[in-house]
Amino acid sequence: MTASGNSMSDPTPTASMDDPALCKSCSFVQDVHNEMCDKPGKLRPHWEYFGRALDAMGRDELVRRDREARRLIRDNDVTYNIYTDPQGIGRPWDLDLIPLLIGSEEWSSIEAGLVQRAELLNLVLEDLYGPRKLISAGILPPELVYSSPSFLRPCHGIQREDGRYLHLYAADLARTAEGEFQVIADRTQAPSGAGYALENRIVLSRVMPSLFRDSHVHRLASFFRTMRNTLNSLAAEPEKEPLIVLLSPGVGNESYFEHAYLANYLGYTLVQGGDMTVRDGRVWLKTLDSLQQVDVILRRVDDEYCDPVELRDDSFLGVPGLLQVVRDGKVTISNPLGSGVLQNSALMAFIPQISRYFFGEDLRLNNVRTWWCGREDDRKYVLANLEQLVLKPSIAVDKQRTIFGANLSAEERNELIHKINARPYLFTAQSQVTLSAAPVLQQNASLDSRHVVMRSYLTAQDESYIVMPGALTRVSATRDSFMVSSQHGGASKDTWVLASEPEKQDTLIMPTPHAVQKNPLGGDVPSRVADNMFWLGRYTERAEGIVRLLRVVQLYLADSPLDSASEPRSLFALHQLLRAVSQITKLTPGFIGQDADQRLASPEQELLSVIVDRSRQGSLSQTLSALLVAARSIRDRLSMDTLRVINDIDVELNSIQQSVMHHLNDADDELDNLITALVGFSGLINENMSHEQGWRFLEIGRRVERALHTTTLIRSTLTFASKQVEYSELLESVLRVTDSLMTYKRNFLQGFEVSSLLNLTLLNEANPRSVGYQLLRIQEHVAYLPVDRSSQQLSAEERLILELLTKLRLSDLADLVSINEDLSSRVELDRMLEHIQQQLSVLSNMMTTAYFQKEEQIQQLVRMRPGSAE
Amino acid sequence: MKYRITHETHYTYSKPVTSCYNLAHLSPRNSNRQVCSSSSVNVQPGVANSIERDDFFGNKVHYFTVHTPHDSLTVTAVSEVEISHPGNLLDAAFPIPWNEVRNTLMRSARSEDMDARQYLLESPFVSLNPDLHKYAQASFDSGRPVLEAVHDLMDRIHNDFDYDPHITTIATPLSEVFAHRKGVCQDFAHLAISCLISHGVPARYVSGYLETIPPPGQKRMRGADASHAWFSVYVPDFGWVDFDPTNNQIPMERHITTAWGRDYGDVTPLKGVIFGGGKEHKLNVSVDVEAMDNVVV
Repeated sequence: MTASGNSMSDPTPTASMDDPALCKSCSFVQDVHNEMCDKPGKLRPHWEYFGRALDAMGRDELVRRDREARRLIRDNDVTYNIYTDPQGIGRPWDLDLIPLLIGSEEWSSIEAGLVQRAELLNLVLEDLYGPRKLISAGILPPELVYSSPSFLRPCHGIQREDGRYLHLYAADLARTAEGEFQVIADRTQAPSGAGYALENRIVLSRVMPSLFRDSHVHRLASFFRTMRNTLNSLAAEPEKEPLIVLLSPGVGNESYFEHAYLANYLGYTLVQGGDMTVRDGRVWLKTLDSLQQVDVILRRVDDEYCDPVELRDDSFLGVPGLLQVVRDGKVTISNPLGSGVLQNSALMAFIPQISRYFFGEDLRLNNVRTWWCGREDDRKYVLANLEQLVLKPSIAVDKQRTIFGANLSAEERNELIHKINARPYLFTAQSQVTLSAAPVLQQNASLDSRHVVMRSYLTAQDESYIVMPGALTRVSATRDSFMVSSQHGGASKDTWVLASEPEKQDTLIMPTPHAVQKNPLGGDVPSRVADNMFWLGRYTERAEGIVRLLRVVQLYLADSPLDSASEPRSLFALHQLLRAVSQITKLTPGFIGQDADQRLASPEQELLSVIVDRSRQGSLSQTLSALLVAARSIRDRLSMDTLRVINDIDVELNSIQQSVMHHLNDADDELDNLITALVGFSGLINENMSHEQGWRFLEIGRRVERALHTTTLIRSTLTFASKQVEYSELLESVLRVTDSLMTYKRNFLQGFEVSSLLNLTLLNEANPRSVGYQLLRIQEHVAYLPVDRSSQQLSAEERLILELLTKLRLSDLADLVSINEDLSSRVELDRMLEHIQQQLSVLSNMMTTAYFQKEEQIQQLVRMRPGSAE
Repeated sequence: MKYRITHETHYTYSKPVTSCYNLAHLSPRNSNRQVCSSSSVNVQPGVANSIERDDFFGNKVHYFTVHTPHDSLTVTAVSEVEISHPGNLLDAAFPIPWNEVRNTLMRSARSEDMDARQYLLESPFVSLNPDLHKYAQASFDSGRPVLEAVHDLMDRIHNDFDYDPHITTIATPLSEVFAHRKGVCQDFAHLAISCLISHGVPARYVSGYLETIPPPGQKRMRGADASHAWFSVYVPDFGWVDFDPTNNQIPMERHITTAWGRDYGDVTPLKGVIFGGGKEHKLNVSVDVEAMDNVVV
C-alpha cells in the first residue's frame, strides 16, 4: 500500500483488515440505526469495501480530497440560497465527502415501494380533480381535501387522455430505529434537488474516481434521459419538435442554481413567467425577434403562483391565462397545476386505506405514522401525546411548517392546543422517526455522526415510474438534531446505490433536441436575458474602470506623504484623479461637492467608502453585487469557466466586505485579484461564448460603459486647463488608468502631452481602449440586432452610432486641445465629450425601450386580497 | 317570474391597456327553481379569445382576452331567467335543531350531505372569529330549529348593521365590519356565513340581482339596480335555503341567482389582469333588472 501522493488513484484496501480504524471512530447511539456499522467496531457488509478504502487512504489524503471537492463546488459555482443568510445569494453548496451507501437488495425493495406509491398518488391526483370517488366512497373526509389551501378549485375537471397526472415525484425517506425505511414526506409540487444529487455525484466521482469505479455504483444519467423522454412525450402536439422550458421564479429562489443547472443539462430554455405570454390559446416564449410556441413547461414555480387570472391574483411569477391553455390541452405543465395537494401530510394518514381501495393491496413501503386532527380520535391522541409528535400544519403557524412537540414550552404548548382545537382539520401530526445516523467527515479528518434523510426521485415512464438509482441525502446540522433541512444549514451527501455487477459507463452528455440550431443568431433569447446580458457587460466594465482608477490613486497615496511639502504637480494630479473617482462613480458630494476640500486633503475614508459601502449606489461593492446578480440570472448561458471567474469575483467581494480596512493599501490584494478576474471574464466572454444575440448585448453593454468611463475620466481630469499647470504627471496617470501607457510610450517618444494622449485615448480606433474603438465595435454589434430590415434603412441605433462615430472622426485635434484661458477650460473637448456621453445614454435608453421592456406593468383589474384572517 | 337582466361594467383607464385576461361570473346559473333561458356576454373592444365553461361549483364562467390596445373596456351581460316561488319555507321546513346539523351531516353518506360539508369550512374571505361567534350565540339557543335560528340571525344583522357603501371595500376583514357595524351586502353575507359555520351550519355565498320596485307613483329607473349578494344555508334532508340579510327577507321570486361559492372570491363578477392602463382606473357599473311580464315580446 502506497501513499497516494498527488495522483488521484485510490489505494487498494487490504482484504484482511478485521478491525478497520474507520468504524472505531464510528459513534454509536442507543436506539438509532447506524448506517455504516451494525455494532460498534463492525462495518455492515455493504460498507466494508468503502470503509477499508477510506482507512487506507489516510487522513491527510482525505483532507486533501475534501478540499478538492470544495474547490470543485466553488469553481462550478454550485450554490444554494439561504433566505436568512447575510451572504444570501450565492452560498456554496455543502457536500460531505462520505456518501450514503445502500445495498442492492435493499434498494430493490425501496424501489418497488416507491413505484407503487407514485402510481397510487397519480390515481389520487386524478381523482381529487375529477370524480372525487375517494370522498364519496368515504375513504377521504371532505374536510381534509376542501380545507387544504393547495387544493386548487380552478384545476377541477382538467383531464388527460393518457391518465398521466403525476409526472415527477420525490419522496423523503428516513430509516427508523428498527432499520426500516419509511416515507416521511411526499414532494409532488415541483420536486427539487435532483440537480444537486447529480452535481454531488459529479464532484464525488471526480475526487474519488477509483473508489467510485470499484464500488460498482449505479449511474444516474439514464434517469435523466428517461425524464427527458417523458417530458417530450407529454407535448400536446407530438408532430413537431417540442419546445420545453424550465420555469423558475428567478435568481432569488433558494435553488436557482439547480434550475439553471438542470435547464442546461436537459437542454431546456430557462425562463421566468414574464418571458412567456398567452396568445391565441397557446403559450409563447417571447424572444427578441419572435414568439415561439411552448409545448411543455417544467415548473419550479408553485402552482398557486402560475396564473394570476385564475389562481393567486397577486402573483407576478406566472403567466396570465396559463391555466386555460392547460385546460384546452395546448400546453402540458410538469407537475400539473394542482399537484401540490398531494403534499398535504394529512393524506399520509389515509394512504394505506387508499392503497387498498385502488389496488386491493397494502403499501410495500410504509409511510410514517400520521394522525389527522380532523378525525376526533386522532385529535385526542395528538393532544395527549404532543411531546412525542411532529406537527405539520397545512398552513404555516407562526411562519412554521414543522413544529416539534418536544421543543415547546408550556406556554407554546397551550397556545398550540388552542389552535388545534379551533381548526383541527389544519393539523397533522406524525411520529418522530429517530432518523438513522451516518458518518460525516469533520474538518480535522475524523468522523462524526449526523442524522440523515434521503430524497428519492421518480419520473413517469410509459404506464409506470422509474426511480433514480441514487438520491439526495441531507444531514442534520448537529449530531443530536432531527431537523434536516438545507435551509437550516445541513450538508448533503451523495447516495451510492451499489450494484451487484459493475455498470457500464454512461455518458452524461445527451444529444440535445435542439441540435439543429433554429436561428443562427441564437434567437431563443428572451428580452429579460438580453437585459441581463447588457447590464452584465456594463457592470463588468464599470467595476474594472473603478478598480483601475483606484489603483492609480493608490500609487500616489502609497508613495508620497500628502502634505504641503508634496510636489504641487503631484498634488494637482492626485486631486484631479480623486475628482474623477467621484464623477465616475457618481458618488457625491465626495471630492466634488460640499466639503470636497476636506476630503481632498484626507481622502482615505471616502475612498474606502467608495470601495466598501454596499449601500451607496455606484460604489465598487454595489457594482460587484449587481454584476453577480446579473451573471447568476443568466448562469445557464455562461460556461463553467466563466462561472468560475464569477465565483472569484464573489470571493473578492466577500473579502472586501469582511476584512477591516483602515487604509487604501489594505484593499491591495482584493483590487489586484479583481482586475485579474474582470479581465479574465472579458476574455472568456469573447473566446468562450458563442457570438450570438445574447453576446452582442453583453458586448454593447461593455463598450458603452468603457466609452463612458474614458470620456468621464478625460472630462474630469483634462478639460480644466491653464497654461500655468504642469500636466505631465496627470497625463501619465490618465494613461495608466486607461491602460494605454505602454502604447503611448511606444508611439510617442517625446514625453507626455495632451494632444498625443487624446489622439490615443479618443480618436485612435486601433487602440482597444480608445473611445473611437468602442464606437466602432458598437456600430458593428447594433447591425446584428433584431429589427425589421425590410425597409433597407438604418435602424435608429445604427443611425445614432454612425452619426457619433463620424463626428468624432471629423473632429480636429487642435480644436480639442485648445484652451480658453478666460474659462480655464478646453471648451471644444468638453463639448465633444459631453455629446458622446449624451448620445450613449440615448443609445442605452433606446435599447431598453426596444428590447428590454416588452410589456407594460401587469396589474389586477380588481385588487382583492382579503384582509388577513384574525 | 321572468326577468331580463342587463349588467354593464365599464372601465376607463388613464393610459391604454395593451392586453387583458379576464374571468367573468355574469351569466345566471340554473338551479332547482331558476332556469336561465338565454345569456350573452359582449365585450368592447372585441375579444381575441372567449370561452365559456362550468366552474368547480357548477356556475357559468366566461374567460376572455383582449389584445387590441384600448382606453376603456365594456362588458355587457344580457340574460333572461325564470324563477319559481319556493313556497313558505319556514312552515314547511323540518324542525331539525341547529345543533344537530353537523352531526347529522357527519354521519350521512348521502352525496348532498357530503357535498355540503365543504361549506362548513373557512375560506379566504370568511374566517372564524370568536367575537362573531359570540355575537351569533344569541340566535342559537340549544334545540332551536335551524331555519328559525338562521332567520333570527338574519333579522339581527339587518337591525344591528347599517348599510353604508363608503366604509368597506372587498378587502376589509370581517373583524372591522363587525367593529363598525357597517357594510354592504357582501360584508353582511360573509359575516353571516362566519357566524353560521362557527355553529356547524353549512352556509354559502350567493351572488346575483334583486328586482327593485319603485316607490308608489314613481317610474322604474333603468340601470338603477345593482348586483347583489346574500347567503344560503343547508338543511339536511331538505336542501339549501336562501336568506338576504341586507333586506331582511327570504328570497322568493325577486332574487336572481348568478353564482354561488364559498365567498365573493369564488364568484367575483369580473376579475382579471391588465397590461398597461396607467395608475388610474374608473369603474362604472349599471344593472337593469326588468320584469318580462311588462315586456311585449
